[in-house]
Order: sequence, then structure tokens, then C-alpha cells
Amino acid sequence: MGAGYLALQIFNGLVSGAYFALLSLGLAIIFGMMRIVNFAHGAMYMLGAFGAYLAAKYLGLPFWWALVLAPVAVGLLGALFERTLIRRLMPLDPLYNLLLTFGLALVIEDFMKLFFGTQGTPYAMPAGLSGVIDLGITVYPIYRLAVIAISTLVCLAVWFAIEKTPLGAKIRAATENPQLTEAFGIDVSRLTTFVFAFGVGLAGLAGVLAAPTTNVTPVMGSDIIITTFAVVVIGGMGSIKGSIFTGFIVGIIAALGAVLYPPIANTLIFLLMAAVLIVRPTGLFGAPEGQR
Amino acid sequence: MIARAAALDRRIALALALGALALGLLLPHVLYVGLATDIVIWALFAAAFDLLLGYTGLLSFGHAMFFGGASYVAGLLILRAHWSFFPAVAAAVLAATAIAALVGAIAIRRQGIYFAMITLAFGQMLYFLANQFGDWTGGQDGLQNVQRPTLIAGIRLDNDTLLYYIALAAAVLGVASVLRVVNSPFGRVLSAIRENEPRATSLGYRTSAYKLVAFVLSGALAGLAGALFVIAHRFTSLDTLDWHTSGEVVIMTVLGGIGTVFGPLFGAPFYLIINDRLSTLTTSPGLVLGIIFIIVVSVFRRGMIGELVYALRRRRHVEHVAPGA
Repeated sequence: MGAGYLALQIFNGLVSGAYFALLSLGLAIIFGMMRIVNFAHGAMYMLGAFGAYLAAKYLGLPFWWALVLAPVAVGLLGALFERTLIRRLMPLDPLYNLLLTFGLALVIEDFMKLFFGTQGTPYAMPAGLSGVIDLGITVYPIYRLAVIAISTLVCLAVWFAIEKTPLGAKIRAATENPQLTEAFGIDVSRLTTFVFAFGVGLAGLAGVLAAPTTNVTPVMGSDIIITTFAVVVIGGMGSIKGSIFTGFIVGIIAALGAVLYPPIANTLIFLLMAAVLIVRPTGLFGAPEGQR
Repeated sequence: MIARAAALDRRIALALALGALALGLLLPHVLYVGLATDIVIWALFAAAFDLLLGYTGLLSFGHAMFFGGASYVAGLLILRAHWSFFPAVAAAVLAATAIAALVGAIAIRRQGIYFAMITLAFGQMLYFLANQFGDWTGGQDGLQNVQRPTLIAGIRLDNDTLLYYIALAAAVLGVASVLRVVNSPFGRVLSAIRENEPRATSLGYRTSAYKLVAFVLSGALAGLAGALFVIAHRFTSLDTLDWHTSGEVVIMTVLGGIGTVFGPLFGAPFYLIINDRLSTLTTSPGLVLGIIFIIVVSVFRRGMIGELVYALRRRRHVEHVAPGA
């Protein structure tokens, strides 16, 4: 096994890590604010990919436009769900919202199947990003490098926005103590809708990024959400930084593990999850139970 | 905690038990026997699932691993080794028990939404494994042409109606054991854990041991349902291990009523009959069922039986139950 091959696999790991990081970051932001896990996150990822596909087909919009507009559209749909359905169950056990969003995931997936079946359609590689580039140690597709770069930039920007901006300060305050934050005159209710919309928007963004590299199909969301849940369990939903870091690290470990022992490719992430649960049940970055 | 519908009082429980039994005896006369058998199998599966969700407060999104896992074990033993009914079913239940013990020991280290995500992930792992070991499982094709096993010396289970009543008997046995567990001192501890785990711990109960036993019991009964499934259908496939299967049993239980023992026995036929009827009309029956599920979770959280019991008790002013429970 040469260094070039190893580098290739590390890049592949970074690409899947790029998707995991965006998805688990969105889940972590929503969980931080609302204490719920959004089962429909995979469906939102799938809608992001379809957003890009439909925008190209019917509006002739290129990839870069879709990269901005599709996540916004997905976010708006998320805001609608939050306002009409999820909000009503917030006072109850978070399991109810897990059940509700599970139902939403099924309905969204089946709805898309009505129109697109399960076969899926390809989405054209964006102009200017097709082809490969010679990195010295290995040759790699330009688009996939762009995926790593865009995901990293967005994750860092989100981290920066939450840690260093006034809006982020409000979100952190509302996460820590919603009642007190409200008492300071901040509209926590609107902030919650915004945070949920933003979190699912990140899933939509991951979907747009995935569109040129996979078949766009209604079932693409349910495939990735389960793996993402395992990533979330490995990292623990404690911190923003943790979810980004875990996403990339798990992507790389899974890719390298598959090289060392190919049959393990599909199950390695789940085995990793089991190992973490045995050694450190709260996850790599999770706060101990009770302190949540 | 997921709130269980108000505890059933004895007369309502008796009426529901008799109602479910009558439904069970009547079913093959009003529906085609294949659907009737499916209903009984899924009702057992859902009742097993509710032992965990309704009475221990643990939401598993991976119960397909016991149902599907057992269906493969029973299917292989019948297909390749020509085992008869009872040994094959017993071995399948044992296999489901073993899987549940292994997965449970790890999964119960977390609770609530984490437990749901962990069980979902383990379920998916078994799905991938079954797909990978295609030499044994048939991969995407599943196990085809699993002949019906012999029941006892000389009697093959070729008669679908006979098989229905055997499945019904198994389901009655399964549900009776759930009832027995729920109403035992052990079941009371489970309820205490569901209501307030730290308090149960402070009373000196090793809550994780209790949760593990509940998980294993639930998995074993789900395995019984899976073994019956492969025998009834003469085949099994990766679909039985798919997370949608785990989701279906969640939906049936919630529709029928979480923590009502009898709820799942009505939720399963409701789900399957609607699914059966819609399949002739549309390619996406799941869409309609999903919307019904969302409405139930949003508005009628007690489920069919839970709401019924709640309404009956309110009318009789037996006991005041806080709304939203």
C-alpha cells in the first residue's frame, strides 16, 4: 500500500467526513437549543439535493445558486414544521418529537417517491469543478476537494458565529437558560424557530454538496441519517466544536478501516460507536449524564 | 418520560382482552388468511415492543434486528437442516435473546433519545452484516422457498388456517407473558424506572439490570414473531431487518396506545388493514399512514386504546387524570 493510495483514502474519508460534520453540526445546534433530535434531518438533506436538481431542471439555476437557495428553502420548510408541529410537543418528553420527526421523515420520503420513484437521477457536475487535480502524492477530483473546503469553511463560520457574534451570544444564552434570556427581552420563541431552520438548512446544504457525487434519490436521506446518528453518539452532542471534529475524524477512520479490512467498510462506524459506548458512554465530547 | 395511558382498571382490561381474543378468532373468517396471520404476528411483535417502550420507557428503533434476525435463523434451520416447527422456533427465539443480551448490554448505557439512536444504529449494522454474508442469508434475494416445517411427527404445517391458529396461540402466549411481567413486582420496578430512574436507583434497585432484562424479554418475544413470519411467508428478506420494519412496529404501538398492553393488538390490525387496502389504490400507502401517525403523535398521544380508556374513565369519574398525560 503506497503513500499515494493512503492519501487518496484519507481524502475520501474527509469527503464523507464533510457530510457527517455538516449533518451532525445541524443536529447539535438543534439539540442544544431544543433538546430534541431531528429524525427528519436525513429527509432535509435529501430535499436539499432535490432542490438543486429541480432548480437546475426547471429554473436553469447553476450549482452555485443552488448552494445558497436550496438550503434556504429547506430552512424555510423546517421553520414551517417547527412552528406548526414540533413546537406543540416541546413541553413533553423529547421522545415525542423524535417520533414526530420520524413520521415527518417517512412522509417526506414517500411524498418524493410519488414523483421520483426510488431509482434516482444524476445531477451534473458544476462547470469549472469537473476533472482532477494532481496534488503530488495523489490525483484527486477537484469537486471533492471543493466539498471538503466548503464544508470546512461553513463549519468554521458557524462555530465563529455562535462563539463570537451577538446573535451567537443570544443563542448560547437561550441554550443555557431560556427563561432568563426571555426576561432580558430576547424573543426566544423566534430564536428557536431560526435555530431549527438553520440546523436543517445545514442538512440541506450537505444535500446540495452531495448531489453531484451521488444519485439524487428519495431514499438517500434515510441511508445517511442512521450513520450520522452513530457519529453523533460517538461524539456526544455536547459541543459545536466536538460535532465538527467528530464528523471529520469518523469519516477518516471509516475510510482507513475499509482499506485495512474491506469487509468491515459498512459496519466500522457502528463498531466504533459500540466501542465508545463501552469505554466512554457519554461520547468523546459529551458532558456526563445528569449535567446533560 | 413517555407517558403511559392511565393504568387500566380490571374490568376494562378484561373487556379488552376478550375483545382482542374475539378479534383473533374472527379474523380468518373476515380477511384472507395471509393478512390475518400477518396481523397476529405483528400484534405479537408490537406487544413485545411495548413491553420496552410502554413499561420501561425505552424507545428502541432497532427492534427489526430481533424480528428479522430470528426470521433468518428459523428460515435457515428449516431450509438447510429441515428442522421441525418447535425446535426451529425455539432456536430462533434463543438467537434473538442472545442478540438482545449483547446489544442491550451496550445500548442501555445511554437512555432517552440516545438509546433510540443507538438501537437504530445497531439494527442497521445487523442489516449490513446480513447483506454481507450473502452465502448464508441470500443477500438481496433473502431466503426463498422455505418449506413449511412439520409441526409434530407426520403433520406438516401446509394448511394456512392451521398455521393461523398456531400463530394466534403463540401470540396469546406472548401477550399473556407480557401481561404477567407487567403486573409482577419486576414490572412495578420497570414502571418505577420509567417514571423516575434516579429515584428507583436510590431505592436500591440496580436499574440497568432491570432495563437489560426487559430489553432481552422484549427482544425474545419479537424473535418469536419473526420466526412465525418466515414460516408463514415461506421466505424472509433483508426487509425484515430494515429500519423501516423497526419504524413500523413503533407506529403500530403508538397508534394502538403506548403502555396499554392491548393497544398494540389493535394498532397492528389497524395499520396492516389500511396498508392492505391502500396498496390496491396507491403506490405510497406509507404516505397516508405517516400522516395518520403524525396526527396521532400531535393530537391523540394516548393512541386508540389509550384514548378509549381515558374517555371511559373520565365518564365514570373513576379517577382524575391530568390532561396531556
